[in-house]
Amino acid sequence: MDTNSWISILGFIATVVLAFTVGVSYGGIVRKITARIQNRVGPPVYQNFFDIFKLYSKSTAVNHGWMQHLGPAFAITASVTSLMFIPVLNGQGEFWFANLNFKGDLIFLLYMMVFGSLGMALGAGQTGNPNSAIGVSRGLSQMVGYEIPWVLALVALMLQTKSTSITGIMDYQIAHGTWMMFESPLAFIAALMAMLGMFHYAPFDVTFAPAELSSGPASEFGGKYLAMMMTSGSIFAFVKLALFVDIFMGGASNLIMLVVKTFLLYMVPVLYGIVSPRYRTEQSIRYFWGWPTLIGVLGVLYVVFVR
Amino acid sequence: MPNDKNSQKIVDIIKNAARKHSLFVLAYGTGCGAIEIPPTMTSRYDAERFGIRGMATPRQADVLLVTGYLATKTLKRVIRAYEQMQDPKYVIGFGSCTINGGMYWDSYNTIKLLDKYIPVDVYINGCMPRPEAVITGFIELQKLIAEGKADGATKYKENLDWYRANQKKVIKNWNMPDYNW
Ligand code: SF4
Repeated sequence: MDTNSWISILGFIATVVLAFTVGVSYGGIVRKITARIQNRVGPPVYQNFFDIFKLYSKSTAVNHGWMQHLGPAFAITASVTSLMFIPVLNGQGEFWFANLNFKGDLIFLLYMMVFGSLGMALGAGQTGNPNSAIGVSRGLSQMVGYEIPWVLALVALMLQTKSTSITGIMDYQIAHGTWMMFESPLAFIAALMAMLGMFHYAPFDVTFAPAELSSGPASEFGGKYLAMMMTSGSIFAFVKLALFVDIFMGGASNLIMLVVKTFLLYMVPVLYGIVSPRYRTEQSIRYFWGWPTLIGVLGVLYVVFVR
Repeated sequence: MPNDKNSQKIVDIIKNAARKHSLFVLAYGTGCGAIEIPPTMTSRYDAERFGIRGMATPRQADVLLVTGYLATKTLKRVIRAYEQMQDPKYVIGFGSCTINGGMYWDSYNTIKLLDKYIPVDVYINGCMPRPEAVITGFIELQKLIAEGKADGATKYKENLDWYRANQKKVIKNWNMPDYNW
């Protein structure tokens, strides 16, 4: 292999390490913030690293068959693969850690981001735990809910920038000197509301609901399987945040900007979640098919007729 | 785990440090002492400071917290839950009832010494122990874990016959599946 491919492989590894570190630290910070809002001291911010390390060092992990074995592997594969399509930083006109990019990768990403949940659904289905089955059906119904405003928002962006690749949208923002969240505010609002569901924080935590479903799909996954799920969840949180920053907030030119932007964005679902109780499944779906979808449709019409 | 020189390997020291700081608790709260668990976990005493966190299912948990008396009927469920947990796992006996039967000493359908049925690592006495005592018990468990001495699960595997015999003595209708834990 020549030097260029080695550099890009190093880039992949660096991206995964970065996503893991940022994702897990954010998880710890969220626990700390939750604790402070509930007037507690809270765990240290590095608590999630301990948790994941401890789960990886558990000496047994029971499994119920090969599909359950593959479920968390699917989840982690989907997270890492979607990460590969997200340009993490943009330098002056060029993209660092751009990793894999091609025309239409935004559409590919739409499918890839669902793949992990579907893999988990198959894995959880084999455990035979009734809580998992309920959790999976709830999760998939909720996904049908928030995918609609999310796709509408992306369609608005694609129409406006005449590009179906993430780098294309970033180039558009750099060329016009604005952010898509100001260029296409309705699409941004619709996507932001869809994001509330994507992160599974309250009031949309119907899938994992620990009090009623004993953590739903994850209920039969212990030890290393749970560790893999937590790892993939942390990476995936970073993927979603970085994607939002890239397509709506003009990307980030250095790591500090990236952390600031993703963190501010992350606080939207987190703070909304801390002060909310849980919706029922049908309430949550009705929520997504109400205002967010309407705003998404308006966003598309705005792009088509006004722009 | 300590080796034959009674000292831990470096790998174990690191692993045990992580285990000690991250205890996922499955609270088996059928005894009246369970009323002290909510204040321990919530704002007033905040056990999450020490990395102690409630978990919803046995598969995900490290610590089984048995709060108080166990009827022979519930003992069966506790054994099932305990055997579903993944190694390394620990048990905390909570309240006098798990130590000697407490005020249920002469009851016909509760067990007296929990340690005869599942291996207990730490006892917290009191009827009922206050949240401070509960947290002290957890810190005692953390110390044992750091020293590699919280090896109840290994003891259980080694003396499985003895534990099974004791369990079957009190549970008359023993029809439990075999677990490969
Ligand atoms: S020790 Fe006391 S408080 Fe605890 S279960 Fe027994 S009787 Fe109840």
